Amino acid sequence: MTGNGSKAVIEVADAKVSFGAVKALDGVTLAIMPGECLGLVGHNGAGKSTIVSVINGGLTPHQGSICGDGEILARYGINAARARGVRCVFQELSLCPNLTVIENARVLHRHLGGFGWRTRAKEVVERSLDAVFPGHGIASDRTVGDLSIAERQMVEIAMAFSDAGTTPRLIILDEPTSSLDASLADRLLAHIRRFVAAGGSVIFISHILHEILTTANRIVVMKDGRIVAERPAAVWTEQSLVEAMGSVVKGEAHRRKARDLADAPVVVEQTGRGMPFRARRGEIVGLAGLAGHGQTRMLMKLHATASADWLPRRDPAIAFVAGDRRLNGIFELWSILKNLSIASLGDLAVRGVVNSGAETERAGEWKRRIEIRTPDMANRILSLSGGNQQKVLFARALSTRAPVVLMDDPMRGVDVGTKQEVYEIVRQEAAQGRTFVWYSTEMEEVCLCDRVYVFREGAIVAELAGDAVTEENILAASFRAEAA
Amino acid sequence: MKTLERLSRRPWIWSWVAVFLVWFATIIVTGGASTLGLTQAALTFAAFSIIVGIGQMFVITLGPGNVDLSVPSTMTLAGTVSLKLMDVDNGMILPGLVVAVLIGVAVGLLNYGLIKALRIPPIIATLSMSFIVQSAAIWTNRGLRIKPPGFLAEFTTSGTLGVPNVAIIALLISLGAWFLLERTIYGRWISAIGQSMPAARMAGIPVDGTRFVTYVFCAVLAALAGYLLACFSGGAALNMGSEYLLMSIAVVVLGGTAVAGGDSNVPGIWGASLFMYLVVSMLNTYGLGAGIRLIMTGLIIISVIMLAGGRQPGAR
Repeated sequence: MTGNGSKAVIEVADAKVSFGAVKALDGVTLAIMPGECLGLVGHNGAGKSTIVSVINGGLTPHQGSICGDGEILARYGINAARARGVRCVFQELSLCPNLTVIENARVLHRHLGGFGWRTRAKEVVERSLDAVFPGHGIASDRTVGDLSIAERQMVEIAMAFSDAGTTPRLIILDEPTSSLDASLADRLLAHIRRFVAAGGSVIFISHILHEILTTANRIVVMKDGRIVAERPAAVWTEQSLVEAMGSVVKGEAHRRKARDLADAPVVVEQTGRGMPFRARRGEIVGLAGLAGHGQTRMLMKLHATASADWLPRRDPAIAFVAGDRRLNGIFELWSILKNLSIASLGDLAVRGVVNSGAETERAGEWKRRIEIRTPDMANRILSLSGGNQQKVLFARALSTRAPVVLMDDPMRGVDVGTKQEVYEIVRQEAAQGRTFVWYSTEMEEVCLCDRVYVFREGAIVAELAGDAVTEENILAASFRAEAA
Repeated sequence: MKTLERLSRRPWIWSWVAVFLVWFATIIVTGGASTLGLTQAALTFAAFSIIVGIGQMFVITLGPGNVDLSVPSTMTLAGTVSLKLMDVDNGMILPGLVVAVLIGVAVGLLNYGLIKALRIPPIIATLSMSFIVQSAAIWTNRGLRIKPPGFLAEFTTSGTLGVPNVAIIALLISLGAWFLLERTIYGRWISAIGQSMPAARMAGIPVDGTRFVTYVFCAVLAALAGYLLACFSGGAALNMGSEYLLMSIAVVVLGGTAVAGGDSNVPGIWGASLFMYLVVSMLNTYGLGAGIRLIMTGLIIISVIMLAGGRQPGAR
């Protein structure tokens, strides 16, 4: 690796890719040097995931060339990329849920085959997990489907950094920290720095700007399939990055003024291990704590107690915004329109018959309100980028009349501008008396809530309200020993 | 050109293309002599598999693993019990129909009861139910063959304006099914459940209620088909439903409904049912032996499925 220090690991020149009428990449030139961490930022649909697919060989550009170590690679594909040490951690989790961690490692590393592969795979994956996430606590013989979404993401990241025959040279991390909590994210960022210092290269995509600013050496901003700015990380600031991405700076999100909700009626209540959970009318209640400590389970429980399995309810009591949208969010065969309207069909129908005029009108309203980027709501849901799919799920829940909305870390993969818009909508709706129960792995979002419950090992261990909702207090509560 | 392209993306178009090809190939051999007769016979026999197939399609739409294997025995039981009750009396036609429908409701209820209460996979639950129902049919039948009431026998074997009456009934049921599937909340719900049950649950869909209604609906349609078939063939026989087990599933698949669930269509059932009958009669017309006929049937079905499988995804 030291021998060709001046040549780019992978260089893409003037790449163009279009899907139908949509230009996903419009002439992108990008080189990744050894020992460099390249930050890549941009809005949803700016072309980040597309350029990643070109680099990892999953997508052949319709125009342009790809070079590796100075020579033009004519036949470039996923296998050629892997042989060159290019690894990718996908935005959508890509492990096989029915296999164990070890078996997944075997699937990924084809050289591990042969007699005794289990021992070798175990060693490879555990060494890497220990290196990236010290003290991870994931047993490598567990089935991936039983792991929490954060643990799955950790395994996937560790797999990419693992060395079994081919040394990883370029690792592409597409939103790797979105389902990790702060402390795990910090461990990953530290490992990226170590990896880069040792001569490896990383392409790092994230919507969390300070992560990019502190980790990357060079930051590239993409917009509408083009690179619009490229500078060393040291000269960027959060402000200038947001401006370059093209979204209007709306200032830091502020918690709304503390309102006296003590007299408002309690609309949701749940008791169990730990402190009782209670949410009042018009309140935004946050669920915080380290990822996978029972927050999602609590949301599921709340949903199960308030929804009907046998008879349809005239007035929906609860709506849900999924975080794991592949698992319990989108309906893949359907159009955007049908995906949006499914939860509120009762309001759009007369005696069970759907009024398609009203349905289209309602969808058009929400398309405008949260800017779903599509020419036609009748297009398939899978034609949207991940962030836009998430917006549709948001619109699905908010368009119901349900007085309580549960949110299961729904902002993963959503860009900064959209987040601000959604925060604003949440605030408006809460002011009108809707209750939000919001699980988030992002501190900024938790701090928007009126009251926060901190989770630890499946139970609520602390309740913070008003000005006490700060990053320090939440971190303190999530790490505090059992004695508290 | 554009309509042609849009049409070619419809999942059901291939079964219809096949129907016309086979129909045409048969007509040519007979020199057009039996065109009307062949068409009427095809419509008559297809009508029964259409009625059963629509019910099966709704169940298959519910997603992987959902299939109703109790269809043939439900047909038999409904046929035997209702004929016995009517006892060749024209005045008892309506009570007979009501009893047939009630048998369907009961079977559907028990089916879903097994699936839900004992957590048995639908394929096993409905299979075991089919043994129970078949035994009930044997017990009530006792080898007797009772004739249907005169009016019903006449009605099911004749036609109106050249169209067989059973085909008209199948058409009415199909229109109802199409409306349910495409226009109502219930149709959206079964499609949603078929695509992802967890997502459907989190979207506030009453999953159990919807699945329950669908199993009952399928069993009622099977019972109705059994009632009509028993009258059509001049009496109920214990094996009258047996060919409809695989037929009901085959017409759903051939018709372009996704076996994995969530995506179904009614016109395909018609295309596939007509096709299944026409293929057999075409091979009969050619005077081929039984073995060759079965092999040819298999090959033709495979080629239609391959054609349909090559279609562009994303028509919806």
